[in-house]
Amino acid sequence: MPTFTQIGSAVTVGAGGAASIDFTSIPSTYTDLVVKISTRSTIAGTSQDDINVTFNGSGSSYTWRNLLGSGSSAISQNGATAYIRMSAVTPNAGTTASTFSSAEIYIPNYAGSANKSVSIDMASEANQTATYMGLVAGLWSNTSAITQITLTGASGNFAQYSTAYLYGVSNA
Amino acid sequence: MPSTYDKIATQTLGSNQATVTFSSISSAYTDLVLVSLFKNTGGAGNLKIQFNGDTATNYSFTNLYGNGTSASSGRSSTQTAIIFGQADSTQLLLNTLNIFNYANATTFKTTLSRSSDNGNTYSSAGAIVGLWRKTPEAITSLAIFSDSNIASGSTFTLYGIKAA
Repeated sequence: MPTFTQIGSAVTVGAGGAASIDFTSIPSTYTDLVVKISTRSTIAGTSQDDINVTFNGSGSSYTWRNLLGSGSSAISQNGATAYIRMSAVTPNAGTTASTFSSAEIYIPNYAGSANKSVSIDMASEANQTATYMGLVAGLWSNTSAITQITLTGASGNFAQYSTAYLYGVSNA
Repeated sequence: MPSTYDKIATQTLGSNQATVTFSSISSAYTDLVLVSLFKNTGGAGNLKIQFNGDTATNYSFTNLYGNGTSASSGRSSTQTAIIFGQADSTQLLLNTLNIFNYANATTFKTTLSRSSDNGNTYSSAGAIVGLWRKTPEAITSLAIFSDSNIASGSTFTLYGIKAA
């Protein structure tokens, strides 16, 4: 088996936007999962929207901590919420045109029977203030294999031309 | 199509052990990636790495952490190992370590790691850059260890990335 394989089809958001991006029926045949996204929000304004990450349609048992840099300061936040939060990652509709964020979500041993640890790298550079880069350490305290990943804009929808790709990493 | 991202080796510990070693690493790749899902036996501590059996003070590193309340940064010079992540005994912690341009004998070796620790009081999101300053040589072995033993059930997988 190749080590790094795209699973399913790429997601490209069409005209009208999308409230969420879903990867479903994820097979258990890989070791780790990697999600790579490029997103923009439909919500008005010049700040950045959050993205909420959930697994298997579950709205419980998530905790997260992040480290964010704005170009003038660094902050760290934490939460025990119904999702793992990717804070301030998606440029809103009023930011510099044609600007999309980049992020990678790494989920090791996603099909195993331990709680699921998640690592997220994210960056949004829009040539303006109030743009961020950040790291997230997340945990889904659930021993089920991950078969679904859902990304949802916290305040707005994903704008046209936002993309998402799911890859499987195999150590076999 | 030639393979770009190859698994070199994986180790899943069946018992506690002091050190995890990858040896005889091929020079055929451009960069190395070590993915670790691990915990230790002694509680809050550090995850460390040495190259080619070098235990001298040829290592340095700079870190950046967010613990959920505040951000912090620190550095250490002239060390006997690179601390490339944090360790704990209560939860399997995730770390990805990139070792760039590892196979040349002309430059010092740079590492960049991402640590994602959550679910306990030692939790943080972090990034650490490291440098190995021994007279340049290709990296052929890695030794990974912690302040206490690395616990049974921990998994370490080494991948090679090929640019050509």
